[in-house]
Amino acid sequence: MVLYALPEGEAARIRCLAAEADVRHRLGDLGFIPGTHITCLGRSPLGDPTAYLVRGAVIALRNEDAEKVFVERDG
Amino acid sequence: MGLTSQSVGRAARKGGLVIKKEKEDDLVVALAGNPNVGKSTLFNALTGMRQHTGNWPGKTVTNAVGYAKADERGIVLVDLPGCYSLSARSAEEEVARDFILDGGADAVVVVCDGTCLERNLILVLQILRITSRVVLCVNLLDEAAKKHIAIDLDKLEKTLGVPVIGTAARSGEGLSEVLAAVVRVAEDPPQSVYTVGEATFSEEETLQSVRIAEEISRTVLCLPPGDTSMRDRKIDKILTGKVWAFPTMFLFLLGIFWLTIEGANYPSGWLSDLLFSLEVPLLRLFSWAPWWVGGILVQGAYRVTAWVVSVMLPPMAIFFPLFTLLEDLGYLPRVAFNLDKCFQKCRACGKQALTMCMGFGCNAAGVVGCRIIDSPRERLIAMLTNTFVPCNGRFPTLIAVITMFFAGGAFAGAVGLAALIVLGVLVTLGVSWVLSHTILKGIPSSFTLELPPYRRPQIGSVIVRSVLDRTVFVLGRALVAAAPAGVLIWIFANVTVGGETILAICTNFLHPFAVHFGLDGVILMAFILGLPANEIVFPIIIMAYVSGGTLTEMGDLVSLRTLLVANGWTWITAVCTLLFSLLHWPCATTLMTVRKESGSVKWAVASFLIPTLVGLTVCFAVANIAKLFI
Repeated sequence: MVLYALPEGEAARIRCLAAEADVRHRLGDLGFIPGTHITCLGRSPLGDPTAYLVRGAVIALRNEDAEKVFVERDG
Repeated sequence: MGLTSQSVGRAARKGGLVIKKEKEDDLVVALAGNPNVGKSTLFNALTGMRQHTGNWPGKTVTNAVGYAKADERGIVLVDLPGCYSLSARSAEEEVARDFILDGGADAVVVVCDGTCLERNLILVLQILRITSRVVLCVNLLDEAAKKHIAIDLDKLEKTLGVPVIGTAARSGEGLSEVLAAVVRVAEDPPQSVYTVGEATFSEEETLQSVRIAEEISRTVLCLPPGDTSMRDRKIDKILTGKVWAFPTMFLFLLGIFWLTIEGANYPSGWLSDLLFSLEVPLLRLFSWAPWWVGGILVQGAYRVTAWVVSVMLPPMAIFFPLFTLLEDLGYLPRVAFNLDKCFQKCRACGKQALTMCMGFGCNAAGVVGCRIIDSPRERLIAMLTNTFVPCNGRFPTLIAVITMFFAGGAFAGAVGLAALIVLGVLVTLGVSWVLSHTILKGIPSSFTLELPPYRRPQIGSVIVRSVLDRTVFVLGRALVAAAPAGVLIWIFANVTVGGETILAICTNFLHPFAVHFGLDGVILMAFILGLPANEIVFPIIIMAYVSGGTLTEMGDLVSLRTLLVANGWTWITAVCTLLFSLLHWPCATTLMTVRKESGSVKWAVASFLIPTLVGLTVCFAVANIAKLFI
């Protein structure tokens, strides 16, 4: 599934990043790499962007970018 | 080819940072780290300087330079902008990368957030690849302890091979150890297994760094089970939640304005009584000289300066500490988070909200702050629209006009002011939309925004520092801009050409044009003369009226209102003056900053024309529609 589809409060592991090189680099710098544990914390009041917990930091991503990150639910 | 000290070189450095050593053997030390890890706080603690700090990523966008001493050894400290990596994908990262790569530093202190060590280690490893002259400073240990996060610093030091010091910069813990370690690594570079002397910043390299960071933190970190930031999540549920996000945002704005207006009332009155009571004795001092000497110095320079000080200083000395408290708390990135969808719809960047917050203090600072925006197109949009946020120089004018003409009390004044700010935000969004569909066409680029942990602001020190900073800032501007403006306007009002004062000639010339926009010749001329600094616009208006009439007193707002009304002001004039103050050309400093930051005169001209056209259009519409109703 894509990261954007991850419901609030649920966790998953990143499988791959299908974004353009630029975005992939930027996300990599923040620790978004395959295998990373990620939790969806909630959407902004207007529904976009969404806040995620990654490696102890809260990072907001626009939904368009979150659609380019593929994840696998835990368990 | 990798990027090494040699391949980048000193010549590649931008920004013209001047490093002055006091002694030949002084060390040059860079302070690097992720955004918002307390670098600026550490920098201030080490150097005793008062670099503005705040709890949001991107606070420091240029290099600040300070001086510290470790025993007898002098250390020139350079506070680099925070960055997540050295791969330089944004202008601020470029500043940091160039400085570290060009080999100008004798050592690098990498500051880490102890509550978020794993992510921070990615950058540490990247810097370690290039140089081993590194001191790792694990900051915010006090907060990590509160969250029951235990870090084995000794083990971390053994693994990395470079000194690791735990600090709590806010309380000053560990500072002397940092300086001692800096001298040690500069004189005798340690060996680190991670140092290879160059970095390619390729994706594989990043992947590798992330994996190593993960591996290291697994061995040195002991995290409590579950989420360590439950409290933050709960606050976020309110401040960024569907129901309360926007009401609380508006309430914060309203509350700050209310406190500002209510609180500034009395000190403003006292200051104005005091300063204006000195005018007559001062004039007497010059009784020996020709009449115009006292006129220029006292009725010109002194009077305008006194006005600027008494009207500008109190509200700014209240507004900014309050705003800084919100900033320290970590609220501003949440504002950007809440508003991003609007900016996205306008094909702009959500971080523009942060640059707008900086604009409150000074539009020129806001324009420099736009460096936090990665995409050049979105950065330009943010720079061109920054002036729609009223800066330090315009705020008190807005407050004064609102109080005089529309508000029965501080609360009503705050509502009026908040409405005006909301209008400024709407205009910003509208103009951003138009720009991204015309001269700055493009699609929104990707966007990441870190929401830092909430931190309890150091209320006492924030207030003291912020009040002092603002006082110095306002007084400095008053002297530099207001005094010369006072001299000029006095000359304009007293030198006659062909039986008319220069002032009358100018205002009469502008008047037929100005009335179409609900203004008059004096107001328009004041805005034009106010180009160097917005602070002087209102004093010029008053001076011009005073010199033309019989009134010689200019004191409190009540007598001021009488003066304005006697010169033909109606509520329409007041509304149009407010609107034109919000929507007109930025001050000269801001224009020059836009030119410098965009690298082109073209954009500086655009940043002048766009708000001017918007302001004239809005004022024209308001003035003509309002006339239909009377």
